[in-house]
Amino acid sequence: MSAPNPRTVATEALLDTLKMPEGGCIEVARRAALARLRAMGLPQRRDEYWKFTKPDTLLTAEVPPAAPFDNEEGLLFDEFDRLKIVFVDGVFDPQASDDLSLEGVSFDRLEDICCTDIHWAKDIYGVLETRGQTPVPRPFAALNTAFATDGIAIHVTGRPSKPISLIYIHGSRASDAILHHVIRVESGAEVTILENGPAAARLNECMEIDIADGGTLHHVRAQGRDPERRAVTAMFTRLGKQSVFKSFTVTVNGALTRNESVIELIGDDGVAHVAGACVGDAGGNRDFHHDDTVFVTHDALNCESRQVFKKVLRNGATGVFQGKILVKAGAQKTDGYQISQALLLDDDSQFLAKPELEIYADDVICSHGSTTGAIDETALFYLRSRGVPQKEATNLLTLSFLAEAVDEIEDKALAEDIRSRLENWLSRRG
Amino acid sequence: MKLLKIKDLRVKLEDEDKQILKGVDLEIGAGEVHAIMGPNGSGKSTLSYVLAGRGGYEVTGGTAHMDGLDLLDVAPEDRAAAGLFLAFQYPVEIPGVGNMTFLRTAVNAQRKARRQDEMSAAEFLKVVRARAKELKIDADMLKRPVNVGFSGGEKKRNEILQMAMLEPKMCILDETDSGLDVDAMKLVSEGVNALRNGKRSFLVITHYQRLLDHIKPDVVHIMADGRIIKSGGPELALNVEQNGYADLLAEVA
Ligand SMILES: Nc1ncnc2c1ncn2[C@@H]1O[C@H](COP(=O)(O)OP(=O)(O)O)[C@@H](O)[C@H]1O
Ligand SMILES: [Mg+2]
Repeated sequence: MSAPNPRTVATEALLDTLKMPEGGCIEVARRAALARLRAMGLPQRRDEYWKFTKPDTLLTAEVPPAAPFDNEEGLLFDEFDRLKIVFVDGVFDPQASDDLSLEGVSFDRLEDICCTDIHWAKDIYGVLETRGQTPVPRPFAALNTAFATDGIAIHVTGRPSKPISLIYIHGSRASDAILHHVIRVESGAEVTILENGPAAARLNECMEIDIADGGTLHHVRAQGRDPERRAVTAMFTRLGKQSVFKSFTVTVNGALTRNESVIELIGDDGVAHVAGACVGDAGGNRDFHHDDTVFVTHDALNCESRQVFKKVLRNGATGVFQGKILVKAGAQKTDGYQISQALLLDDDSQFLAKPELEIYADDVICSHGSTTGAIDETALFYLRSRGVPQKEATNLLTLSFLAEAVDEIEDKALAEDIRSRLENWLSRRG
Repeated sequence: MKLLKIKDLRVKLEDEDKQILKGVDLEIGAGEVHAIMGPNGSGKSTLSYVLAGRGGYEVTGGTAHMDGLDLLDVAPEDRAAAGLFLAFQYPVEIPGVGNMTFLRTAVNAQRKARRQDEMSAAEFLKVVRARAKELKIDADMLKRPVNVGFSGGEKKRNEILQMAMLEPKMCILDETDSGLDVDAMKLVSEGVNALRNGKRSFLVITHYQRLLDHIKPDVVHIMADGRIIKSGGPELALNVEQNGYADLLAEVA
């Protein structure tokens, strides 16, 4: 008898502790996802896209405890008129949420989809995730599809007057949340989705977004300030003809974050931008490890994609960027851009980057760049020589470093809210 | 009363065993304009950087005081707040920081250090627009990131704009004329002259006599190999212009 495969052993051990919700039209998708997960197995350190990030603490049956953070600063987006959908430790909270009615959109809880046999979300749930499993397996997303306990399906048919705001409250030290959202933006429709908050001690979030021809989706996310929380998230986005997808994430603190974004441009003239600004401090007893893993596939003519990721790291914080642009044969006139940069505020921090281009069309423009650096001493002296104190000058240069990513947010008021949070973070520390 | 007093200042590179300033003595009275000329590599920029507080140098001897303040003992920002200003030979580009933000941050930081109220946004805008106009700096240059994509002349005018906004006591101009055409040189000189008020002092570092036609110095110093080898009136600059440094260098050798 041969020794059991350690990956299989680990996978089955975790699966033993999980229970699949039953019923409804997505049960088939859940079972298929479980089979997918069994076939690929949970990630291990030697896997190509897990070399820089240890998956261990995301795989334990017991959640590594994380204290909810007392956020005296108030939640992001507080000032904005929006439709609030609140989840506490990964469970929808109808009391705290607004009435789920907004012109041009309809909402269903995952639970409700489970009770019906026919639902539009059936054509997306697990479908975009499956497409995103090749060529790179994403086991946490398959696990999510199989075991998600809550989430929301958002069907956008018009142009709702305000953003839809998903608010994730972290309540208990040992919460383990699996959230799965499905969004369909119909032809010509347009919506802004906001997400904020840490969600749980450990969060596995999956979002599948299908944007029909001429549809537009803006996504702005803030992952909360809990220093101990862990999160693994995956967004799968499919864009039709002349559609637009712009996604921005700000991350402040967090012991471990892995954000995957898998984008497929399948209609001509599509535009997909994905950006992130993260600031992390691993001082004291804290950990900070932030990983952005992006995969953009161009499979149509004349599409544009941009990846802009900036990280500010201090006191032994680690930043990871793995970004790929794949241009399929025939995807002529592709305009692909990717930049990932880290600003290390000390010698203990590190940035690991794996930028990749794979191009099978000949008439394309693709560029990518990755840099790691410290504060520019010459610029710092110039500012100080004008009377700006060292700390203020450092913060100004740090914010200017992050600006290219924050500027990706189209709504200037939202961008300013985020910029001021980043400024607060900087001025809170030494 | 001397505003700036430099005594036997000796400076070497921090990381290298290379002495650059070998005993500089210089005193500038309130309201005076002094010029320093000298061959490339003689240490003129080093002197200005050390006075402003740039890192990378080690002071091995001597002192520098401004209005009684021991310059070498305080941080660059404190020197600035006390009224020292250096117009850089090579102004620095700062991508991502708007010129206007930069100016306002600097002005308000200095006011704060001096325990004055911050300038209101409206007042600041008014003053900056007026000063910018005199220097032919357009609205676009104020909006753009600091010095990014500016021509050589634009960078130098931007330095003078900062000087005008910060209203320092002691202005050091390091080759502000280099790379300027005749018109730009006139603009810059007018900007400098407009700031002369009988109390404010200037140290003008230049290679060329022609700047000194516009900004009339009271005293001219010649620097060579880390020392001031000769001081005199404006005629000294004319002498250099006509005969070069060779005779002067031979004189002290
Ligand atoms: N940071 C530095 N690193 C290496 N050499 C330097 C540095 N700063 C100045 N020097 C050297 O010191 C000497 C004086 O330079 P500088 O002060 O720029 O002279 P000037 O402005 O009179 O042309 C030169 O030989 C120059 O190469
Ligand atoms: Mg020089």
